Parts: sequence; C-alpha cells; structure tokens
Amino acid sequence: MNLALRDIRHHRSRFIQTCLGLGLLLGVVMSMGGIYRGLFTDATAILNSTAADLWVVQQDTTGPFAATSRIPEDIKFRIRAVPGVEQASALSFQNIQSERNGKPFRFFLIGYELGGMGGPPTIVAGRPIGQKHYEIVVDRAMKIALGEQLRLAGDDYTVVGHTAKMVSSAGDPVAYVTLADAQKIQFKDDNNAIRNSREKLAGQLARLPFLSRNQADQLTPQVAEIVGSTHIANTVVARLAPNADLALAQERINRWNHFRPLTASDQERILTEGMIKKAKMQLGLFRVILLVISGVIISLIIYTMTLDKLRVIATLKLIGTRNRVIVGLILQQSLLMGVIAYAIGLTLIELTHDKFPRRVDLVAIDLQLLFGIVILICIGASLVGIRKAMRVEPAEALGG
Amino acid sequence: MYAVQIEKLTKIYGSGDTKVVALADATFNVAPGELVAILGPSGSGKTTLLTTIGLVTEPTRGKVVLDGELIAEDGWPVGLDLKRIRREKLGFIFQSHNLIPFLTTVENVMIALENNGVGSKEARARSIVILESLGLGHRLDQYPALLSGGESQRTAIARALANRPRVILADEPTAALDTENGKHVMALLKKLAVENNSAILVVTHDQRMVEGFDRIFTFSDGRIVDEKRNNVS
Repeated sequence: MNLALRDIRHHRSRFIQTCLGLGLLLGVVMSMGGIYRGLFTDATAILNSTAADLWVVQQDTTGPFAATSRIPEDIKFRIRAVPGVEQASALSFQNIQSERNGKPFRFFLIGYELGGMGGPPTIVAGRPIGQKHYEIVVDRAMKIALGEQLRLAGDDYTVVGHTAKMVSSAGDPVAYVTLADAQKIQFKDDNNAIRNSREKLAGQLARLPFLSRNQADQLTPQVAEIVGSTHIANTVVARLAPNADLALAQERINRWNHFRPLTASDQERILTEGMIKKAKMQLGLFRVILLVISGVIISLIIYTMTLDKLRVIATLKLIGTRNRVIVGLILQQSLLMGVIAYAIGLTLIELTHDKFPRRVDLVAIDLQLLFGIVILICIGASLVGIRKAMRVEPAEALGG
Repeated sequence: MYAVQIEKLTKIYGSGDTKVVALADATFNVAPGELVAILGPSGSGKTTLLTTIGLVTEPTRGKVVLDGELIAEDGWPVGLDLKRIRREKLGFIFQSHNLIPFLTTVENVMIALENNGVGSKEARARSIVILESLGLGHRLDQYPALLSGGESQRTAIARALANRPRVILADEPTAALDTENGKHVMALLKKLAVENNSAILVVTHDQRMVEGFDRIFTFSDGRIVDEKRNNVS
C-alpha cells in the first residue's frame, strides 16, 4: 500500500492547491529563465539575421548598436574592393517613437539596400519591399495590417509585408524600409530647416570677398546640395567569400582613416557584455533568488505536512511499520508535489510565453536543469521532514 | 509457556531530587488466552507497565520475556529489533483508537498485515474477514472521520488482531466511549482472547469495565497493591 498516494487522495484539494501555488512559482522561475535567454536572443537578433562577417563603423565608436556611428554610404564600394569581400551593403538604424491610436508607438527602423544585406530575414505575410520608395515591412508585433499606411517624416509608407520575432536589442519591434527612405527619414531636414539653412549659407557666401554676388547666388544651391547630402549610413556590413581570411580583411580596412571594422563576434561581445550585461545579471540574480524562495517554500510545506502527521507516524512506528515506509511517505509526497508543480509551471509557461511583451526563450537544457534542481530541492526538503519523522517516538501515539 | 513474563520490572525517570519511580518491582506472568486488567489511578504506573511490555519505554531494571523471547533485562538487549517484535508479537489498542486518518477502515487493518509482509490482495481479503466478524462489513471503505466512536475502536481492535499477535496491549480502550459501547468493546476483547489464544492486558481506571476478566491487578505509586483472580473465563 502506498501511503503517500493514500494521503494525497484523502487531502486531494489541499494537495492540488499546494501544487498549483508551487506550479505558479516555478512558472515564474521558468519565465525568468526564458526572459534571460530571450534578452540574449533579442540583443543578437539583428546581428544574426544580417549574417555579416564585418561591420564597418565610424572610427573610435562601437556602433551602430551601442554607439552612434555615421559613415559615408559610398565607402561600401571601397569595401567591396577589399580582397576576400564578397558582398558589402550600407545600413541605417534608428529608433522611432511616435503616437498611434493615442498610445506611444515605438519601433526600430532599418534601412537596407534592395537586394543587399540586412533586409528582413523572413516574410511571414505579404511580400518584401519591391520599389525604392514608400514601402515598409513591419514586424507582426507592431500590429499594423498589410495595406495600412504609416506616416514617417512627412511621408506615408504602405505596409507590404510582415516579419516575425525581429526586435532590436532594446526589445522594440523592427521595421524595414529602403536605405534611401531611411536616410531621408533620419538625415533630411524639414522644409523650414532647409530654407533657413540655405538662407544662412547664401549670406555666408555673399560675405566672401573673392566671390561676386552673382557667383555666390549660383554656388548656393550646389553647396547646399553637398552639405545637405543624406548619403550617410550607420554601418556598412560585409560578407566574405568562403575561405577568405577575416583577420586580413579586417586589418586592411583598419588601415584606412576614419573607419573601424568590427567582426560579428566583436559586435556580439559589445551587445551582450556591454548593453545587456547588467540586465542579464539582474535577471540571473532574480532567478537564483526565486529558486531559493521555491526551495524554502517547498521545505516549509513538506515540513508542515510532516508535522501534521507526527501522530500518524508515531502510530505507524508503534505498530511496527518499517522506517523505509515512513521515509517513502514523506519523500514520495515531496517528489510528487515537485513533479506536478513543475508540470503545471511548464504547461502554464508554454501556453503563455508568446503573450509576454518581450521574448521568452524556453531552452530545453534550462528546463531540464530546473527539473533537476526541483527534484534536488524536493529531496532536500523531504530530508528535513524525514529527520523530524525519525525522531518521533512511538510513545507519542499513546495517550489521549 | 507464558505469553508475558515480567520479573522485578522497574522504571525510574530522572535522577537525584527529580527521580520518579514510575514502576517498582512488578512481577507477574500472563498465560496465552488470559485477559488481565490493570487498574489504578492516574500516575500509578499502569501505562508505564504497558509501554514497557510494548517495547515503547525502556525499563530501568528487571526482566521481560515475551512469548519465550527475552526482550528486556535491565534495559533492552543490544541489537534487539524492537519494530519486529512489535510487528510480530504485539497488538496495540489505544485510548483514542489512533486510526490513520487518510486510510479507509479496511486499509487501516491492511497496513498491519502488510507490515508483516502479507501481500496487498491477501491483506485486503483477511482484513475484510476480520472487519466483518466485528460487524464492520458495511464500513470497509469509510474514512475514520466518518465512523462512530464504537466503530473506530472496533477498527482499532481489528488492526491489533490482524496479525494474530501473542499479546494485545490496550490502553484505556473504553475511555472515549459511552458505557454501552465500552462494555461491548470489553466483551469483544474477552471473546477474542479466548478465540485467538492471545494474552490481553487492558489498562483502565474504570472498575465497571473489568467484569469477567481473569485477573485484575491494582496499581498505586508504581507498585502492584492488589491482585484478584476470577474463575470466569
């Protein structure tokens, strides 16, 4: 006869409630683990989807994710000429926050060259961008339907496609436009600013003693065109040919003034060790604290359950029940509680992890490890109860 | 061979100024099938006698032989398997029946049999037979909380009898029962002592309940102060 199951059968509702409570707690532990993993996945999502070997950014910066970087777009031609480089594309990145339906609306805008690197990795609905201007692909999380229009920097962009699970290192959903549109959105001044700038420029040129008034008037629009150029990128990404020497290509670009070639692993280190390190540490610590709390709660529950049964245990001892039966009663209940609570937590998190505002990555090894820890906690917790049970004297069963 | 032999059995708690002699030089034998009552006021040593014979309290001095096996001689012999002896040779009936609350009536009896290595199916079958013989056939799958006081005590008796122990120790088995149920339980014990050839020692403080017992010991201050024999069996 299995006493643990008999006891659970008799106190069914109390046991289920306890398991539910523990399950919720373990669900939180699992979600913390998933958020911890998700933070890394999010941070490196754009990096991985771009699949570039080199990220050329402004000298002395750690751009384009961790710091501001501005480089001329046309440097991509020079990079393409570096031995070993198979493909190079300019990219622009910017955070945009506006209002939509009366609520703050934030996303990360990537500008890419059609047919180049760094575009949407997968289109889950609609189509990729097909024309040079005014089309946009948005992440499904932005909840903008295909065909809807989004107003950016005074122009309307039509949503033609959806991507999925593409977020910036800050967790904002990603949208894609062409590089030309992105440059316009990011770098082009509005009409008033252009007008003021041209008047200021015309005045400065007119004051130059070696230019006639006529010459200054003729030069103004041309100088304004040069000064107001939007052919700027935040980075140029490059992919090397198979068997090309990455270090050599990096070293060559490094020799140029004004540019810094970072490898994909450099970027990963910048993203994970710099940008999300503290957040990861905080989440990791929180996860450990939650595990300790779970351990304490399981221990207290098992101990309390044992205390409730002290007279039963004394009676069992008095009628000659072997110690292993009493140990089994406590240990099996503890393990069963842990396993059921784990299953409840896992089911809960499997059903809800897609609804979290940020990515929750449930990694099998994390879940297996947590299961092992829960089992160890249950065994440890039951040891406290078993120790108490073994000290119970059969004489405690006697008397009123 | 006697079922129980005790000789100069003594139990002393504490030492020096706090020394309490709970049981002093108790000597008597109980034959198989004999029904013995232990009477006395609270603190007279009757429960100490019972727990000493039941291997719950270690005696300070004296000798106890249970069904031919020496279980105490100035303390418990080294290596004595207390649980085995309690399991195989003893049956306990408590004042408040002490049924396991999460086991049904039949399971409460089965556990005593399973403790002795009886398989689950056989234990259930044997338990049902015992319970039916005690008039509990209709209560087999009820939890103790739903049984009356008399039914609970009869279940406890069934559990004590399940292994056909050589000695049954009953500590105030009628204390929680009304007079009618109490008399019924005592009558049942008398019947079982004869049928099973078990020695039954019943501790009680209620003289009305010991009619028809073979012997009645009266304790006071840890000593036997009176012994009566009845010829009724």
